[in-house]
Amino acid sequence: MHALHQVYRTFFYPHSFRLSLPNVWAGFQVNIKMMVIAEALVLVFALALAIVRGLPGSAARPLRALAIAYTDFFRGTPLILVIFIVGFGIPGLQLGYISSRPVIVYGVVALTLVYTAYVTEVYRAGIESVHPSQRAAARSLGLTYAQTMRYVVVPQAVRRVIPPLLNDFVGLQKDTALVSVIGVAEATQLAQQFSTQNNDFPSLVAAAVFFILLTIPLARFTDHLVAERERRERAQAF
Amino acid sequence: MSTNGDAPFVHLRGVSKWFGALCVLEKIDLDVAEHNVVCLIGASGSGKSTLLRCLNRLERIEEGEIVVDGQRVNDEKVDVNALRRKVGIVFQAYNLFPHMTVLQNVTLAPRKAGGFTREGAEGQARSLLKRIGLEEKADEFPDRLSGGQQQRVAIVRALAMGPKVLLLDEITSALDPQLVSEVLGLVRELAESGMTMIIATHEMGFAREVADKVCFLDAGRILEEGPPAQIFTEPREPRTREFLSRVLEAEKLS
Repeated sequence: MHALHQVYRTFFYPHSFRLSLPNVWAGFQVNIKMMVIAEALVLVFALALAIVRGLPGSAARPLRALAIAYTDFFRGTPLILVIFIVGFGIPGLQLGYISSRPVIVYGVVALTLVYTAYVTEVYRAGIESVHPSQRAAARSLGLTYAQTMRYVVVPQAVRRVIPPLLNDFVGLQKDTALVSVIGVAEATQLAQQFSTQNNDFPSLVAAAVFFILLTIPLARFTDHLVAERERRERAQAF
Repeated sequence: MSTNGDAPFVHLRGVSKWFGALCVLEKIDLDVAEHNVVCLIGASGSGKSTLLRCLNRLERIEEGEIVVDGQRVNDEKVDVNALRRKVGIVFQAYNLFPHMTVLQNVTLAPRKAGGFTREGAEGQARSLLKRIGLEEKADEFPDRLSGGQQQRVAIVRALAMGPKVLLLDEITSALDPQLVSEVLGLVRELAESGMTMIIATHEMGFAREVADKVCFLDAGRILEEGPPAQIFTEPREPRTREFLSRVLEAEKLS
């Protein structure tokens, strides 16, 4: 019984919970902000990069190579290193405006750089999954390459990759916590401060609960989309 | 860029194509006059589809010359998008755009590449759909249609660009037998209205009925060509005879 009580006191003590909640919630709003901005940027940049990677012809070879180098580099580098490099490195450059942004901006930049690399691959898989006969049909009607991508290939590709895309975004939501290492006052950092001061952990548990509450609906929504699609595909097969 | 009176509308000379080391078309010569229907027959893999796909430059050729309506298709500088607006193609697997309604399928290219307004394209699409009896399907998605209906929509989609020649690539091969006739009926109407067509087909009865000329392809070559009456009743080449008797046998069995 004593051990259980210890667990209760250390992790779930309501008094500490209540005291820390306003701070942790304030911090979590910073997480939400970073996540929303980073996700919006990632959606746009990753699609652009995926399209560049798929460009045909030898003239586009340098562009394709750049896109490949980008994804290789940022998929291979641990996020926390990118956060350190961007968050401490860019201010260290002393480049005036660029080097004097609020630290949250560097956090968002790091998250965007890394997740753009992941999501580019997701989009690319989607684009490649659209059957070549769809392109042939569109081009045969006199549509240009760009029009074919815009109206025929990309819309089908995006529909198909929504589940894996949302999956990556669950990851991004959690990884906003890592940005605390460069001093962004987000939920994890504020909870950690509170925990050190009070020598107990309910504040950290509170932060965890916030993250979970945010990701569960997204995870269920993803499941729903996957199930929906399987149902539709099965209906078509019969 | 129109042709002078007597030059054929579609003209191929010495056309050869390889996929790697495999020769899929070998020194093809073919002339198609305006308002004529040419049927390509031959076994699967004989080069019928590839030949059609070379005509709108979905495939490049290695040798020879293809001229459509006075335009050299194999010319590096040719505007392929302008060429393809003149050369419609319909595929075996329909290739409708699954994320678009029937109406959107038919109006996309006229709006984006044909200079139509939205209203103009939709008006034209609806009257074309009406002609094939599918106007009430305009707002359905393709997967709600039968194969025959989808293929007729695909034909209408190609017609909406006002092509001067229509290429049909085994358009009934993926259809259930009872759906074949509705598609062939539409093609027959097009032939009667004077549409220039090149048709790759396994439907021998249909070829005999609509074709002005039938070409028998074997291993990438046009082995024999002539009016349908001659090809189907007195083929000169033994391989043509062999092919036709095999097809006839298969039809009896089914």
